[in-house]
Amino acid sequence: MSPQIEIQIIAVIVAVACALPGVFLVLRKMSMMSDSITHTILLGIVLAFFVTYDLSSPLLIVGAALMGVMTVWLTEMLSRTRLLAEDAAIGVVFPLLFSIAIILITRYAGSVHLDTDSVLLGELAFAPFDRMVVGGKDIGAKAIYTTGTLLLINLSAIIIFFKELKAATFDPMLAAVLGFSPALMHYGLMTLVSLTTVGAFQAVGSVLVVAFMIGPPVTAYLLTDDLKHMLILSGGIGAINGVLGYQAATLFDVSIAGSMAVVTGLVFLAVFIFAPRRGLIGSLLRRRTQKIEFAKTMLLFHLFNHESSAEEDSKAGVDTIPAHLHWTEEFTSKIIKLLEHEGYIKLSGGLTKLTDEGRSASIHNYNSLFSK
Amino acid sequence: MKKQQNFAVEVEDLTVAYDSKPVLWDIDLKIPKGKLMAVIGPNGAGKTTLIKAMLGLLKPVTGAVRFLDGSGSIRTLKNQIGYVPQSGSVDWDFPATVQDVVLMGCYGKLGWIRRPRKSDIELTKQTLSKVGMQDYASRQISQLSGGQQQRVFLARALAQEAEVYFMDEPFKGVDAQTEKAIVALLKELKEQGKTVVVVHHDLQTVPDYFDWVTLINLRVVASGPVEEVFHEENLRKTYHNSAALLRSVV
Amino acid sequence: MNSVIALFSDYTFQTVALGSALLGLISGVLGSFAVLRKQSLLGDGISHSALPGVVMAFVLLGSKNTEILLLGALISGLLATLFIVSIVRYTRVKFDSALALVMSVFFGLGLVMLTYVQKIPNSNQAGLKRFIFGQASTLLQRDIILMVICGLILLALVLLFWKEFKLFTFDADFAQSLGFSPKRLNLLLSFMIVLAIIIGLQAVGVILMSAMLITPAVAARQWTNKLWIMVMLSALFGAVSGIIGTAASSLVPKLPTGPAIVICISAIVVISVLFAPGRGILHRIYVRRRNRILYKLEGGKPDVPSN
Repeated sequence: MSPQIEIQIIAVIVAVACALPGVFLVLRKMSMMSDSITHTILLGIVLAFFVTYDLSSPLLIVGAALMGVMTVWLTEMLSRTRLLAEDAAIGVVFPLLFSIAIILITRYAGSVHLDTDSVLLGELAFAPFDRMVVGGKDIGAKAIYTTGTLLLINLSAIIIFFKELKAATFDPMLAAVLGFSPALMHYGLMTLVSLTTVGAFQAVGSVLVVAFMIGPPVTAYLLTDDLKHMLILSGGIGAINGVLGYQAATLFDVSIAGSMAVVTGLVFLAVFIFAPRRGLIGSLLRRRTQKIEFAKTMLLFHLFNHESSAEEDSKAGVDTIPAHLHWTEEFTSKIIKLLEHEGYIKLSGGLTKLTDEGRSASIHNYNSLFSK
Repeated sequence: MKKQQNFAVEVEDLTVAYDSKPVLWDIDLKIPKGKLMAVIGPNGAGKTTLIKAMLGLLKPVTGAVRFLDGSGSIRTLKNQIGYVPQSGSVDWDFPATVQDVVLMGCYGKLGWIRRPRKSDIELTKQTLSKVGMQDYASRQISQLSGGQQQRVFLARALAQEAEVYFMDEPFKGVDAQTEKAIVALLKELKEQGKTVVVVHHDLQTVPDYFDWVTLINLRVVASGPVEEVFHEENLRKTYHNSAALLRSVV
Repeated sequence: MNSVIALFSDYTFQTVALGSALLGLISGVLGSFAVLRKQSLLGDGISHSALPGVVMAFVLLGSKNTEILLLGALISGLLATLFIVSIVRYTRVKFDSALALVMSVFFGLGLVMLTYVQKIPNSNQAGLKRFIFGQASTLLQRDIILMVICGLILLALVLLFWKEFKLFTFDADFAQSLGFSPKRLNLLLSFMIVLAIIIGLQAVGVILMSAMLITPAVAARQWTNKLWIMVMLSALFGAVSGIIGTAASSLVPKLPTGPAIVICISAIVVISVLFAPGRGILHRIYVRRRNRILYKLEGGKPDVPSN
């Protein structure tokens, strides 16, 4: 397998593995927790390193994941005192843990290769150099296997606990009543997030893990209302971001991880503008057609409201409607013409009068507002 | 052109929509000066929306709101209009004392940049004693009970020294004693010729507390003196299907 | 002790300490408003988002002057804020997700541009990265002058619009009903917060800047119930940690300045949360215990003091 292909495979695996738990972070309004965890696991790695003095030890990953969960716990403990808001708690905890990590590194691990830059920024391009060798045989880049395992863990956890995660996300009370502890689900999810972050940031660096975790779910959030669809879409969008990002990076010869993050942003922007229902263009177009429909209903209702009242002459006159409803005369006559054409109103002596159809349409429109 | 009756607020053809989903339909409303008016209707009927639209906090699709016999809009007459928002709309852990919050009522008259003067502080003390909170002036607002929070908001509105007051559910979550105090205050405002518009939930107390009532449910079902419009038929129209609720009241 | 005296008369130390203190002071003041508006993490977001602006300013103007790089950072920080606000306004995506998305994408863009610049021959881009990751020990007198000017403008604005900012932060709807446009106030305040973040960037760097914005304010909040005291205390805490952090990093070998400042200010938070009178955790435990005794003695009183 060529290194190019391997890098793309790793990119796709990382992107999908990040996107899956990211969906729950977005829905639980905990997106910034991912940013916090990506920074604090550095401390976990450093502390585990002081125990093992071996940079390739799996204990490092355990330490990092534990620190991730601990970050969540510390943040929640702090915000539960109600002495500060939850976002402030995040902002207090992670810089502190991160600073401790930096100080430990500069003071005690200076001679070891534990470069903060490489942790923060990561580089996918070097991933293929680290080979997985079994029985003297090279079976591909090591990162494919580590991130692949991660993806498998995430996938199976979400499939197995789908119902529980869903309940704990949308209705924690219900979840508690049904007997699966929301707190357990919460910390389980956070363990997944920590593990994923550790696995992913060796490849792409810490800040960009946030882009992979939050970007695809947010994009998918604009496209669907269904949790299952959102998970599948997020995975798909993540994969696309990975491949496109890699292609763009080789084309312009720039940082692969950075380019993947930029593509993530561009894909979101495209969806933000063009999404069929929630996109900018879609809603502008819809608003324009709705404006006419809305105006028609509104005028019918206006006439109905003032029918056979003392003010009818002033409220229902073709010339006075624009002043009352603050419409332009042009717009008013357009709406009147449309309604007349549809047989809802008729004109008599400069006054607009409701027909029987118009009257019942107006009543129907009003009542239908309640049958939600 | 001289009008026969004096109006505090005139609402004409007001339609408000969120994302082209109508919340208020073609509202026409005339509130005479010196009335205590309740706005009632079921949940989601647009009561808060109506108040916010009258105050210019929401931009209506169509329609106009005029104050004090059409002498101006909310922009020109903002110092004549007092506002008591729902007490749940702010963060009560904000670092401020009761007096700080009440003093905010004077900010409108001061305009941009100018600082509160001695006389403004005097005024806040007076309004605080009017709501029975004079002993709490330097108390942190997070230490107040629901009823006390509501009184603080009332005092803040009184410090506005307005002609027309809008209050969004001032009786929500308050104790019986506070409710009594608020009602006494409303009556006092009425004596002084002020007009008060109150979003209200408790149908049973409408005839005791108010002399004018508007029933809305996306549109105005009825508006007028309590003894004329507050009857079963109008209530039924307003509350549509919630017959159970009606039976308990009428 | 002698080493401390020698340190404080050292010119480089004076510059760096003054810079860190100023930074702590400015971010302490503006951070108070960010925290009260529940936008604590804006500092984190904006400082990450500044990277592409810094690189872009370098590429376009070919200069590594602090002023020019800061201008780039400011523009890109404001642009990011605009994106975040529009995403929140036009979609159902919440503030925290929009913030996380925009900041990570901007940071990625910055990295892409950085790797691109590295390939331009003779471009001498060394130092760009350091600008973003912060290096208080490289602060120059020029930087301090710039900080003083920006700081004075920001403080003057806070003083001038004090009443409005207080009202707007507490109750935006009421502010509008009084005729103070929340839109304009929001714009002004956001701009000021972004400016404060950007000036701090080069001293403490991206990650630690968010701490400088939030932590002094969180600590100050515990000691007082008055906004103006909170803001003054927050400025004081920020400035003091700036000085102590700088001194510690000069006295202790291999102790980086930025993290030292953060540790110091975090210690102040821990002390505040635990010991602040009337609000702190210890006080609460004491009250709970006293009430328990009270219940025992009196069999429960209807008006047990709640504080």
